[in-house]
Amino acid sequence: MSASGSQFVNIGERTNVTGSARFRELITVGDYDTALEVARQQVENGAQIIDVNMDEGMLDSEAAMVRFLNLIAAEPDISRVPVMIDSSKWSVIEAGLKCVQGKAIVNSISLKEGPEPFLEQARKVRRYGAATVVMAFDEDGQADTADRKFDICARSYKLLTEEVGLPAEDIIFDPNIFAVATGIEEHNEYAIAFIEATKRIRAELPHAHVSGGVSNLSFSFRGNNAVREAMHAAFLYHAIRAGMDMGIVNAGQIMVYDDIPADLLERIEDVLFNRRPDSTDRLLEVADEHRNSGAAAAEKNLEWRETSVTERLEYALVHGIADFVVEDTEEARQAAERPLHVIEGPLMDGMNVVGDLFGAGKMFLPQVVKSARVMKQAVAHLTPFMEEERVASGAAFKANGKILLATVKGDVHDIGKNIVGVVLQCNSYDVVDLGVMVPAEKILATAREEKVDIIGVSGLITPSLDEMVSLAREMKRQKFELPLLIGGATTSRLHTAVKIDPGYDHPVIHVNDASKAVGVMSNLLSKTARDGFVAQIKAEYATAREKHAGSGRESKRQTIDGARANRAPIDWSDYQAPVPSFLGTRIFETFDLKELRDCIDWTPFFRTWELSGKFPDILQDDIVGEAARDLYDDAQEMLDRIVTEQWLKPRAVVGFWPANAQGDDITLYRDAAHKEPLAEIHTLRQQMMRGNNGRPNFALSDFVAPADSGAIDYFGGFVVTAGAEIDAIANRFEKVNDDYNAILAKALADRLAEAFAERMHQRVRTELWGYAPDENLSNAELISEEYEGIRPAPGYPACPDHTEKGTLFEILDAEAATGVSLTESFAMWPPSSVAGFYFSHPEARYFGVGRIERDQVEDYAKRKGMDVETAERWLGPNLNYNPDDHADRDAAA
Amino acid sequence: MIPVRTKKALSDELAERIVVLDGAMGTEIQALKLVSADYHGKHFEGLGNDLTGNNDILNLTAPDAIRDIHLSYLAAGADIVTTNTFNATTVSQADYAMEEYVVEINSEGARLANEACDQVMAAAPDRTCWVAGALGPTNKTTSISPDVNDPGYRAIDFDTLKDSYKQAARALLVGGVDLFLVETIFDTLNAKACIFGLEELFEETEERRPLLISGTITDLSGRTLTGQTPEAFWNSVRHARPLTIGLNCSLGAEGMRPHLVELSRIADTFICAYPNAGLPNEFGEYDEQAEETAGFVREWAQEGLLNIIGGCCGTTPAHIAAMRKAVDGLPPRAIPARPPAMRLSGLEPFTVATGVSA
Repeated sequence: MSASGSQFVNIGERTNVTGSARFRELITVGDYDTALEVARQQVENGAQIIDVNMDEGMLDSEAAMVRFLNLIAAEPDISRVPVMIDSSKWSVIEAGLKCVQGKAIVNSISLKEGPEPFLEQARKVRRYGAATVVMAFDEDGQADTADRKFDICARSYKLLTEEVGLPAEDIIFDPNIFAVATGIEEHNEYAIAFIEATKRIRAELPHAHVSGGVSNLSFSFRGNNAVREAMHAAFLYHAIRAGMDMGIVNAGQIMVYDDIPADLLERIEDVLFNRRPDSTDRLLEVADEHRNSGAAAAEKNLEWRETSVTERLEYALVHGIADFVVEDTEEARQAAERPLHVIEGPLMDGMNVVGDLFGAGKMFLPQVVKSARVMKQAVAHLTPFMEEERVASGAAFKANGKILLATVKGDVHDIGKNIVGVVLQCNSYDVVDLGVMVPAEKILATAREEKVDIIGVSGLITPSLDEMVSLAREMKRQKFELPLLIGGATTSRLHTAVKIDPGYDHPVIHVNDASKAVGVMSNLLSKTARDGFVAQIKAEYATAREKHAGSGRESKRQTIDGARANRAPIDWSDYQAPVPSFLGTRIFETFDLKELRDCIDWTPFFRTWELSGKFPDILQDDIVGEAARDLYDDAQEMLDRIVTEQWLKPRAVVGFWPANAQGDDITLYRDAAHKEPLAEIHTLRQQMMRGNNGRPNFALSDFVAPADSGAIDYFGGFVVTAGAEIDAIANRFEKVNDDYNAILAKALADRLAEAFAERMHQRVRTELWGYAPDENLSNAELISEEYEGIRPAPGYPACPDHTEKGTLFEILDAEAATGVSLTESFAMWPPSSVAGFYFSHPEARYFGVGRIERDQVEDYAKRKGMDVETAERWLGPNLNYNPDDHADRDAAA
Repeated sequence: MIPVRTKKALSDELAERIVVLDGAMGTEIQALKLVSADYHGKHFEGLGNDLTGNNDILNLTAPDAIRDIHLSYLAAGADIVTTNTFNATTVSQADYAMEEYVVEINSEGARLANEACDQVMAAAPDRTCWVAGALGPTNKTTSISPDVNDPGYRAIDFDTLKDSYKQAARALLVGGVDLFLVETIFDTLNAKACIFGLEELFEETEERRPLLISGTITDLSGRTLTGQTPEAFWNSVRHARPLTIGLNCSLGAEGMRPHLVELSRIADTFICAYPNAGLPNEFGEYDEQAEETAGFVREWAQEGLLNIIGGCCGTTPAHIAAMRKAVDGLPPRAIPARPPAMRLSGLEPFTVATGVSA
């Protein structure tokens, strides 16, 4: 039995300013958007209730509580779970109770100030319709012995049930978990006192619950997380058996009771139950040697090799250790009647444990992908034997269901899709992965041939959204009935609801998280749950569409003429543009990987693995820290090999040309005299209403001297790639069933490409264009863009039109120079590539074009020589209007 | 002064049979095709604000018409009539700038309903007719921001709404209502404010009336406007220990059925349902005929889902008479026993069982 026993309710504590430094920081600076993400992530990670606490001296706690709860109310992903309103101040609790429509839990009230305030608060709890935590605290202080804990709880229970009429089942007692093994003799009984009090509460105070904050227990071992985790796991094991049914527990605590090394467990239990006078000393004796024996170091500790083969397989799966899997699988096969029984027995049992831990937020994505690697290697070992048997008898393994996965036509990005595939495979789904750039016809034909149950498509760049819309329509036309899952970085629930779902009568579901994919699959394939689930999603999307239709998305925009009149006010009269060290293009065929490695921005790397937090703080994070550290170690190890074994050959091309702005376009010239035009770069201008805030309506062309200023100016462009070799490397890993390293390699190549772009920009500033020769910035300063000049990329906020990449590639002759090519959707192949423009003007800055009006789109289409409809398709996400409405209007007029 | 009542307790009646609530007030008033002058009456002759559509004000300006509607429902066989006070709070009357008449509208509303009941009971001494004081959802929401750019903003706070409800409820209580009907709840936090106000009122006056609480499922998502499932909604208001929980308005009987089944399964109290006469047509009119609605209602009663049945928008005395006939003689729903558990909710329910683990 473990802390995740079914009776035990785990309360999320990440939205507690006293428990999480990160959340405190976010609330203190007023970053409620990110604070909401913390809450969302908590719920996604399986928190069944979220504790919200704003008790911080620098804060107006009441106002912060109200604001946060009101914001949560607008987020159905978060507000689906109940809230625990946590404060030591009653006024904050009451302010919170006035904001929640659901039935919440108050944390907490007690007899600390005597019965009158206690009864008054309890009556209000009842009148607001909440449940409440009651601390074992009275006029004489916090209860420390079992008798006093129980007596105070019993007295509280009587007052609450008899005088207030609060239902007993809505009372949660917190009989105080205090630190043990502190060296102070009176503390030795604290754990027993809690456990004994819990037993009596559950036996004598019917229907009441027991909860507690577990981390206090091990306070004297702070700094030694391995021992702390083991103490918590051992304590919870006994407390849950005594009747503790709720708790604020650090969800990162992966340790399982049975995993605690026997000698450590014995000494911990000696302490918990005060079994010997020297318990504390004996635990201290071994604490140091176990300092590194937590789940993190489990790989190095080989004691688990002594157990039975079934246990060894489970251990290897849960801890992601592939070293012995083939020999263990072989041993299991020889013992089993049929090879299939090894899969259906120990391997599936182990993966179920992994699935449960992942679902409960106790394992994280990189760990699960590692588990999958172990599983795949075990299955690969068994496959030939099963094949032999199948030929002989015809029996085969029955998967839970079959899904087709593909990155849509024109798009090359597949890390997220691959992660989803791995997670599904380790939950025993058959995955048919068609790879990247897959046309709709191929998806649908394969879906038929392979008789899949579900189709899942992914995409990262904006044109892929359109591809998904047409896929859905095509499915309808071909009378498909299969559910369609939508995922990838640019996709969104709203886009799915508004644009894709209406085109297809069968389920269309946005799944942007590997962790959610399994739940969606099992709902869709369940005979009983499917209809309700599908109806709910369809209804949610219908509601989203209605809200969207009524949301005034078409917010007021400036006319394009008005916006141009408010261009960036740069004075060009005395401007002397810095002259690049060369004009035309230059190719960089060799670039030191070691140099790039030092420029890596790690935060997005962790985000790829669904671990959120800022590097390097993430490595110390209470919840994901351990998973992040392991992943980071593996990444460093692979980088060592990438560098020393020269896995990749980064290549780049950079170009500079004389240039002048012409309205919102930038004309590039072949010659310094600005006579012979080479190409036009078309830029888009912000059209938001600026009012009197003095901010300009930017376009990138504002940062280049206009032709009529008479000033000579320049413009640059670049394409860098980490190297096409990455594809073969990832394939090699995939072939040996090592998805973990395949995904890791691709994720690192992406980071190296970004680092390359960063490093190249630095060289442009200091040397190649040379406008900031004395710049001296650290890697952190580079990442936070504290330099002069910008390098915006087509397809990103400052120039959202991907087709401009076409012009850039032409003038750089980029494909020949670097081997990077463009797909029909203007995605770059290989995906670990970055392209962009260079602007040197000191006032050049990054901005988002945002939503634009039809007047600009018509003008832009004319400038680009496109028809308006084509322009609208490429600019879809940026339109401040529904192009279909306009088509109707035009037809009517 | 609160009059002392000697009527049979509704809870006793509910144990014996399916009780019938009246039908729509609003659409019956619409059918009278009243004009501005009728709304103003003598009371507000020459008042600058246009009162057209302020149905509650008719308690003051056209009392006979309102009493007649009550009488028509009683004649059709309704056991409970609902006061014409759906919008009689300061919050809702602000639309007509008539906040200062709220107390009067409510006490007159209670009086008119009582007069109708007394008249019927005098003529038929074996009948008991109850008056339910209607407390509508108001036109504001405590859980949703009206400003898309600031989801944390609220146009009204809990305390303001609670005080407004309490003022209206006090006037209804003084006017002699037997029950309170907290109805058409689309935002459960509004209802919680109403419940809180009622509890304060009961404490201050040392008088208590049973509560009928009725939510509304707004669309096919099967959730309230603010996103709660029926079970989450029930968990949120169960602390009021209402005499009935139920659903009204919106979908019509056919669409309401699955949600009613769900509530009936989980609610350890009586069930009250009063659907619209179907869904409105494109002119906003309700076409479902009395016999059709009654057909659905009879099925519900046969399945043991009902304790109180009535009608909402579009239903007429003919609908109520047909329902009465449809449920006559059918046994009322038995209240299911549910094991004690901590039943929490956000938008969805979350239950923590109390079973002691070994």
